[in-house]
Amino acid sequence: MSFETLATLTKMAIWLALLLQVTPIMSWVERRGGALIQDRRGPNRVGPLGLFQALADAVKFVVKEDVIPTQADRLLYLLAPMLALVPALTMFVVIPFGPDLDIAGRSVTLLVADVDTGVLLLLALASLGVYSLVMAGYSSNNKYSLLGSVRATAQMISYELALTLSVVAVLLPVQSFRLDEVVAYQQGLWFGFLPRFNAFPQAIGCLVFLIAAFAETNRLPFDLPEAESELVAGYHTEYSSMKFALFFMGEYMAMASLSALGVTLFWGGWYLPGLDYSGHWAIAGTLGLAVLTAKVALCLLFFVWVRWSFPRFRFDQLMHLGWKVLLPLSLVNLILVAAMTIAGWL
Amino acid sequence: MQVAVFALFAILSLSSAVVVVSHRNPVYSVLSLVVTLVSLAVLFVLLGAPFLAALQVLVYTGAILVLFLFVIMLLNVGKEEAARDGSGKLQKIGAVLAAAVFSSVLGLLFWGRFVGYSLAPLTEEAVAIKPLAAALMSRYLLPFEMAGLLLLAAVIAATVLARRPERPDGGAGS
Repeated sequence: MSFETLATLTKMAIWLALLLQVTPIMSWVERRGGALIQDRRGPNRVGPLGLFQALADAVKFVVKEDVIPTQADRLLYLLAPMLALVPALTMFVVIPFGPDLDIAGRSVTLLVADVDTGVLLLLALASLGVYSLVMAGYSSNNKYSLLGSVRATAQMISYELALTLSVVAVLLPVQSFRLDEVVAYQQGLWFGFLPRFNAFPQAIGCLVFLIAAFAETNRLPFDLPEAESELVAGYHTEYSSMKFALFFMGEYMAMASLSALGVTLFWGGWYLPGLDYSGHWAIAGTLGLAVLTAKVALCLLFFVWVRWSFPRFRFDQLMHLGWKVLLPLSLVNLILVAAMTIAGWL
Repeated sequence: MQVAVFALFAILSLSSAVVVVSHRNPVYSVLSLVVTLVSLAVLFVLLGAPFLAALQVLVYTGAILVLFLFVIMLLNVGKEEAARDGSGKLQKIGAVLAAAVFSSVLGLLFWGRFVGYSLAPLTEEAVAIKPLAAALMSRYLLPFEMAGLLLLAAVIAATVLARRPERPDGGAGS
């Protein structure tokens, strides 16, 4: 096996190991965090602080009865939960998680897919996420499921525009689709103390991206596809046991992937000013990965915080916000950034 | 390796394309079209045009086909009724047209040099992002802007058509 193959496999293994940890950890954080905010106790019986609750849940998912509705479209019904994981597990391939390393005289980029189309590839993969929801809703042969997936489709294609436009604005001054160049662009300080993160000059874009990310991952306050008070559970009403767990995992991994993208675009990715990345390759690599993980973890905490703080939107409010507020805002941001780029301020 | 990938995705795109036109259920047709377009994107990558591949997935499978599905699900179109009046005739016309387009493209590719028509093969440099952007912004600027204008006109037309009619008492419809 050549050195390059080994390096690529190692990078994929690192990402996979991290991504598979997201769901169990986040399910604990979500429930304990919600309990904290609502002044309850939360799960506290399994293990210290209820930390092993995720293990118990996994066992429960595996041993529960797996029901397939007799009127369901079997092929699509079985494909949908598998497809839920595909975009979530593949989006990370273009996100850099450390500086270029020099291992035994060979240069290694900490990026699984070293391609010029970077962000576009990620957005393309992310846009495929809607199919699993559509297939789940259609194949279940249940009106709540169908309504949920129709909502999901409308919501995801509406917010994708604002999300993409805020990403484009970031790419303008960088003049590249590559996320490692986006990170390189954000290194250094402004006025000697302010990190050169895109979040400061492009605060509007950062805000638009954040809100659109909530809508794209179907998180509260935009979780209308699974609004339990009206749609039972939306598109995954008819799913049980491990199939439901796959949707659950896909949702949290998509949150993590979009957080990683947002952090890379607006908050410097694996870079933090003041840290020394020039040491031994193992130290530099670990440092980059640790910084990125910490930033993504903060983002995920924010997702939880928002979920337990805001009520759900109505669907017309959601569409109004997406088309009449976020889209014009992202266009204004794009024009502002273009002007600043031409003026040479960025 | 490359040949194996090409064979796999060529077969996949062709067989799913057959399913698109032959399946009775429109939802299955759209989903097969998704498979076709994604396999074509893989073929684009093999040809050294990852940008085209990403755009294909982003625009066609990520947006347009989702809209198709949305409309089909919203109208709740079930299984297509077997024999509707005129559909057989339309199918025949469509098949003849498609065959004509396909054979003329193929003919130009293989025998075009006999009639003095030849195309230089696209190089990887020509389809990479930066040369493509430069070409769009310089040599092809007018068609590019015209395409943009056309899309804008379509958006405005759709908005006007979808608007609720104004109320008879003169108040603006909302």
